[in-house]
Amino acid sequence: MSIYIYILVMALTTYLIRAIPLVLFKKPIDSRFVRSFLHYVPVACLTAMTFPAILYATDHVVSGVMGLGVAVVLALCNRSLLTVAACGSLAVFVTDWLMKMMF
Amino acid sequence: MRKDFTAGIRAGIPVCLGYFSVSFGFGVMAVSKGLNPWDAILISLSNLTSAGQFAGLTVIAAGAALIEMILTQLVINSRYALMSVALGQKLGPQVGTGQRLAMAFFNTDEVFALGMTRLGKLSPAFFLGAGLIAALGWTAGTATGAAAGAVLPLSVRLALGTMLYGMFIAIVIPQARQEKPMLFCMGLALVCSCLFAWMPGLRDVRDGLAIVICTVVTAAVCALVFPVPEQEGAQ
Repeated sequence: MSIYIYILVMALTTYLIRAIPLVLFKKPIDSRFVRSFLHYVPVACLTAMTFPAILYATDHVVSGVMGLGVAVVLALCNRSLLTVAACGSLAVFVTDWLMKMMF
Repeated sequence: MRKDFTAGIRAGIPVCLGYFSVSFGFGVMAVSKGLNPWDAILISLSNLTSAGQFAGLTVIAAGAALIEMILTQLVINSRYALMSVALGQKLGPQVGTGQRLAMAFFNTDEVFALGMTRLGKLSPAFFLGAGLIAALGWTAGTATGAAAGAVLPLSVRLALGTMLYGMFIAIVIPQARQEKPMLFCMGLALVCSCLFAWMPGLRDVRDGLAIVICTVVTAAVCALVFPVPEQEGAQ
């Protein structure tokens, strides 16, 4: 299948999710379950996407673990998005390089 | 009107810089998954969503069915529906459908936050200014990452590709630390996603679909166990 069909479908779905409620809903959502469900979606989805995928995104599992560890510690220290992302990826790079030197 | 637009652009500059660096990682990753740099740029230009694009990339790379793409985007981006509802409350009733349709495209987590923290009613011009500059950073970052991805050595590409995970971690951890139910939510999603990665049987489910199932199950369980407080008056 052409990649452009995928991109079109992806863009259209994403846009409609954003546009329909903004145009149609003038009142807040009443259902407590729906509001609760939506409240938990971001954390549930980002967590599922990050782990364990990060372990397999690098040359060695060890560098994935290092990147994860550095990012988690910095996030616990409330560092900015940019700092956490940059230092995590630096940790991955350095660990990968060290692994190559040693083996 | 023009003053609001300029104020929006100014407020959006930090978001623009943050987006640039993260979508640099997206560009690198897209190219290393075999995408043409122009296609990677097209994705960022037309979608403007980090988690959704990232999951979409997995779906494209797997050559999965279109329904899987729709399902993935619906679940991962469902939070935008909620944010759009909230954004609608912040706009006056005089804001027409055309302006709302334009604003909807730029409703990302960060631009939403900028809009919602404005005093009083939100001006569409402010929101569009902030959204445009953010989209510029997002697309330019992908372009730079995709171009660099073609020349950088593999080890650098892999490391930069993990920036996206770093961003997700930076979003999730502070929330899990602040709220007990969020910590539970993170733990449950973690267990669910590990089961799909390692357990025989579940292991064969495609990545994109596994993310959808994990998200829906986790969010539903959390919504039942820890429902959010009843609405206290409109904001």
